[in-house]
Amino acid sequence: MAKIKTLADLKKMKEDMQSKVDIREKADSPESYVQIKVGMATSGIASGAKEVMDFLIEALEKRNIEAVVTQTGDMGYCFAEPTIEVKKPGEEPIVFGYVDTKKADEIIEKYIKLGELVEGIIPVNYQVIDEDK
Amino acid sequence: MTKYKMHLLVCGGTGCRASASDSIVENLKQELENKGLQEEVQVVMTGCFGFCEKGPIVKVQPDNTFYTQVKPEDCAEIIEEHIVKGRQVERLLYLDPEKKETVADSKHMDFYKKQIRIALRNCGFIDPENVDEYIGRDGYEALGKCLTEKTPAEVIDEIKLSGLRGRGGGGFPTGLKWEIDSRYDADQKYVVCNADEGDPGAFMDRSILEGDPHAVLEAMAICGYATAATKGLIYIRAEYPLAIKRLKIALDQAREYGLLGTDILGTGFEFDIEIRYGAGAFVCGEETSLIHSMEGLRGEPTIKPPYPAESGYNGKPTNVNNVETYANIPIIINKGANWFNKIGTEKSKGTKVFALAGKINNVGLIEVPMGTTLREVIFEIGGGIKDGKKFKAVQTGGPSGGCLTEKHLDTPIDFDNLLAAGSMMGSGGMIVMDEDNCMVATAKFYLDFTVEESCGKCSPCRIGNKRLYELLERITQGKAEMEDLQRLRNMSQVIKDTSLCGLGQTSPNPILSTLDNFYDEYVSHVTDQKCPAGECKDLMTYSVIEENCVGCTACARVCPVGAITGDKKQTHYIDPTICIKCGACEERCKFDAIIVK
Repeated sequence: MAKIKTLADLKKMKEDMQSKVDIREKADSPESYVQIKVGMATSGIASGAKEVMDFLIEALEKRNIEAVVTQTGDMGYCFAEPTIEVKKPGEEPIVFGYVDTKKADEIIEKYIKLGELVEGIIPVNYQVIDEDK
Repeated sequence: MTKYKMHLLVCGGTGCRASASDSIVENLKQELENKGLQEEVQVVMTGCFGFCEKGPIVKVQPDNTFYTQVKPEDCAEIIEEHIVKGRQVERLLYLDPEKKETVADSKHMDFYKKQIRIALRNCGFIDPENVDEYIGRDGYEALGKCLTEKTPAEVIDEIKLSGLRGRGGGGFPTGLKWEIDSRYDADQKYVVCNADEGDPGAFMDRSILEGDPHAVLEAMAICGYATAATKGLIYIRAEYPLAIKRLKIALDQAREYGLLGTDILGTGFEFDIEIRYGAGAFVCGEETSLIHSMEGLRGEPTIKPPYPAESGYNGKPTNVNNVETYANIPIIINKGANWFNKIGTEKSKGTKVFALAGKINNVGLIEVPMGTTLREVIFEIGGGIKDGKKFKAVQTGGPSGGCLTEKHLDTPIDFDNLLAAGSMMGSGGMIVMDEDNCMVATAKFYLDFTVEESCGKCSPCRIGNKRLYELLERITQGKAEMEDLQRLRNMSQVIKDTSLCGLGQTSPNPILSTLDNFYDEYVSHVTDQKCPAGECKDLMTYSVIEENCVGCTACARVCPVGAITGDKKQTHYIDPTICIKCGACEERCKFDAIIVK
């Protein structure tokens, strides 16, 4: 290990480290970040959800978007796998279907960055019983 | 650098390690390898999560799932279900004892809801054996900020403004302590960390050192800068092997990075830290005794003044603070005194860590803002009294503190309120008692401890406490007179007034506070020779209820001293002069024919 010679060096190290541990930090207050849930049930994985998730994590970081990407179970839209749910802070979550890496890229560029909707939205057709109190 | 998508945080505090969290880490890693996921998921052993009651804890990030009471053999299921398939393992989630529902994330658990973590901010969050993770959480930035942007006087002003008070028990303002120390000039000055933690039932200092050792090292260096000291000493009891091990690793890493040693961060500031071991004597938590112990002398206190700030270790100016106090320092510098002094009450700022123990559902370590009420701590965070029994008292402040009762439940906890209620903050141990605890026996338990731990230097403490103990013993045996209660009170007052150090000055507190709050209980021991809580064995009698006894002879066979006589199918009889009140007969009897009075 090399010595840390100045405060600037220390801060640089911190930044490198932060990206490594920041998912723990964000997890404590997920509502202030863009939250993306990737449906990773058998059908999702078979249709390539894993690649999409990898792509999302890398792309969001490269493009400096603070987001929490988590996996979740089957959302029930098996016909449209892979499906992802995107929740921007303070907004209702939106579910997108048929998401491949190209689509994921479009979602980041258009929906997350600019707020424009893109094709492939699956309208919410159910209510959840455990609305967050 | 590999970037992990998920993190599995496993508690590595002493409590959870005792329940095999070491093998949990191993098994998780093994299972990940089996699935080829070791590059994507990181397993980290962290410091204590505080929820020791339900340990070992495994927390999955980023989805914030909180698994409790995990066994090594559960690891395969966690990986297979949660990590691969994204389904939570329902049976390992926390079950809310009130609502009987599972709670997946820690944010919605009552245990964590009311807590604010400052001193424990990194415990359960980072790998304590990895300095990089600490740096990723602003580690050593406060030190850098002090060295490059602030003068020592400005650092002291910041700490003074924050209103931080010593967390070891006394509650002396930390900034003022540093300022007094900084006024003395010497060729060598010292910064000491008191990690002796002698209170029975308190383990926050150990948990901080196990979970976030660098925070203490950083704070000591800041203190060194503020008071112009270049040497730090950590006085830690040898009974804390894990804390010592992690401190040593932390020291090595900090030195390798040049965060301790000479010319720290290119500023020319020099500071290094050594570890000193104590044998675990309660009196060595008192700062003058602690210093003598470090010097190789007997751990005995000396009269103050001179205070250690003037003449401490080796006769040089020395600043002594407790572990938890230090753990607050870096974050105060980083976030500013004005952030810190908004938390808490008027005269007690910030948070306090409490160790919950006794007859409470959620045994563990919690950190709440000053001013939180006892009710919130015991019934909301602590989950109430075990087995649905009735709350009777809570003992705070360890052997130096006192018992608080139901009428104090809504008192906001801070240094001054606890003193006014006849107890004290102490190091933050909280032992909760229910209706089965006898208060005289409780006072006797603490006196037994102080008699044992008294160093013997001054007579009020050495002889007086022994006499107090003997009086309590007589009361619990039903041999006392009413005058003894007055004697107890008088002698307690004398010992408080005349003892040399804090140990003796506070040792009668458990007696005085129980006399005040539970006088009736003392009286019934004396006048009726009865222990209302049924804890004092000498005052109990075991007897047979004739109508219930069928003469099965089970009790007579189990009695270890042959006190029970009676023929088959005849009513049995317990000879009270032989009976040792072990309770074996009562346990064995299937007909509820044995009664304890």
